[in-house]
Amino acid sequence: MKKITGIGVSAGIAYGPIYRYENQLVVVEHKTAADPQAELARLEASLATAKIELEAVLESAMQRVGAKEAEIFSAHALILEDPELLDRVAAAIQEKHLSAEEAWFEGTEHYANLLAGMGDEYLSARSADVRDVAQRVLRILTGRGQKSTDLEHPALVVAEDLTPSDTVTFDPAKVLAFCTAKGGPTSHVAILSKALGIPAITGIGSWIAELQDGLFAIVDGSAGVMVLSPDEKTRAEYQSLSASFQEKFNLALASAHQPAITLDGRRVEVVANVAAVSGASRALEFGAEGIGLLRTEFLFLDRETEPTEDEQAEDYRAVLEVFGKNPVVIRTLDIGGDKPARYLKMAAELNPFLGVRGTRLALAHPKVFQNQLRALLRAGLGHNLKIMCPMVGSLLEVRAIHAHVNQARLALEESGVEYAHDVEIGIMVEVPSAAVMADVLAPEVDFFSIGTNDLSQYTLAADRTNPDVSPLADALDPAVLRLISMVTRAAHAHGKWVGLCGELAGDPLAAPVLLGIGIDEFSMNPRAVPLVKQALRRFSTDQARQIAEKVLQLPTVADVRQYLENFA
Amino acid sequence: MAVSKEMTVLNKVGLHARPAAMFVKKAAPFKSKISIANLSKETQPANAKSLLSVLSIGVQKDDRIMVTCEGEDETQALDALAELVSSNFGEAL
Repeated sequence: MKKITGIGVSAGIAYGPIYRYENQLVVVEHKTAADPQAELARLEASLATAKIELEAVLESAMQRVGAKEAEIFSAHALILEDPELLDRVAAAIQEKHLSAEEAWFEGTEHYANLLAGMGDEYLSARSADVRDVAQRVLRILTGRGQKSTDLEHPALVVAEDLTPSDTVTFDPAKVLAFCTAKGGPTSHVAILSKALGIPAITGIGSWIAELQDGLFAIVDGSAGVMVLSPDEKTRAEYQSLSASFQEKFNLALASAHQPAITLDGRRVEVVANVAAVSGASRALEFGAEGIGLLRTEFLFLDRETEPTEDEQAEDYRAVLEVFGKNPVVIRTLDIGGDKPARYLKMAAELNPFLGVRGTRLALAHPKVFQNQLRALLRAGLGHNLKIMCPMVGSLLEVRAIHAHVNQARLALEESGVEYAHDVEIGIMVEVPSAAVMADVLAPEVDFFSIGTNDLSQYTLAADRTNPDVSPLADALDPAVLRLISMVTRAAHAHGKWVGLCGELAGDPLAAPVLLGIGIDEFSMNPRAVPLVKQALRRFSTDQARQIAEKVLQLPTVADVRQYLENFA
Repeated sequence: MAVSKEMTVLNKVGLHARPAAMFVKKAAPFKSKISIANLSKETQPANAKSLLSVLSIGVQKDDRIMVTCEGEDETQALDALAELVSSNFGEAL
């Protein structure tokens, strides 16, 4: 039995066999081949196998992510049949007596380098496709078995790293948990597993070497802990932990569609964070009363061109329609150097989290920002839309946002397009400067939504993606709680409402202190809604206020956690 | 006797991604030898049935291209490809 630790990014407990998903690069060594005919035959057989694999990938991608995103795999199939490439590879085998592996590697690298060197971002992206296809064939040639996302039985999926295209091709019903060596709480796998309710751990680093295929293990996604080959006693402990978690959840789910009303009759708004239309309907199922954070970056990433205004308006409208007249807060584009969009010229940054991201990026690309704002204002017609801008650090940025919104309104007015006139404009408070200056910003915005994930990592100077320091970025740290309290007081003094859309909002332990601080709207991952609603119903406003006052005087995060356990 | 036609690619992403794949898929079934050169960038003619070759001549929006077909079905091939380009690969402009 062995315990290893990473970053828990999606709660829940799972037990099962490990499935090592290999997506490591195959490295080709030079050795001459004696029999060119045999090499050609091997290549041909491998290409045929690759074609069959790709057809299966294409089909599952069509079902899970849609035809538009699946198109990339049909381009992959064309590369397998490319006559110029195949001629080149065949010639290398016949004339230079290269092995099938080396000839194939050389041929594909030739084109990958050619495309990468043309100084065009679209073509650079295609060169990654060529290498992806090249690796698929090399894997088959070297007999590494199928790099399959098709699990025969339920398993804990363990990988060095998972790309978006990796994750979408797994059948969520068979994935007991995801564990990756790289990545952190904001990685794609973290967001996806949370949405699907699959436990996940990232950042296990070099421990991955010990995670062999078929080995049984326990994954605790809340604690970020994995127990290898657990003994009977440990298994029983986790089993009962898991069962009691499930029982509590089911109980909370039964009342999830009732509002969260405190003992003294105050109604607290409990809404969801979602990233796509499918998430919106799931949020309704779990009792969310609206959307407190709709991420829009998924519309912008993993594609070749910027989504058009019409396309965006349609997507936003689809989410707004799910919630009728209930509030939906849509966050404008929040990307940066860590998640670059190919069509935005973004320079590589040494420190993307302190770089051009969020509203800074929007202001640097005014056309993109205008398109999105016009699409939002159009989609908001007849709905309860609120627009929220991320990563705002100063009053100047708030004013620049308003100037942009006015410009977008004017453009719609001039072209005679109907749009929503009464949309609230707010900002996320996640940069410490915005929190400190909240009293100055409050008069010029309609609302604040506190993003505790980034606010914690910026305030405590601890990278949430680095397992060595990520525990320091704890949103229950009194330093963060004091900022939250400051922001809330400043907003209320100016008659503005405050939401909280970081992970802290979804933690039932934090419910009384946030309620006591005066948070008006709790926005969280949909699966957290039932338990948080239940937690909020157990307190009166006065009790909660007393708890908050006490907590804000505690010296360390450990004291805060210990104190709050008394009310859990 | 080969047939050729000069045309302009108006697609916003040029002859990349989806349009390139459509072009190659359209060319592949014809028996004729088909080449495409990017006149705006003065490239050599590339094999129109090879996606990688078509990509590597870097056709961007508003580039002029020359398509040449040679073989028993050269006229049909040229007509089919010209129509694909003039219809902007089935996308709105």
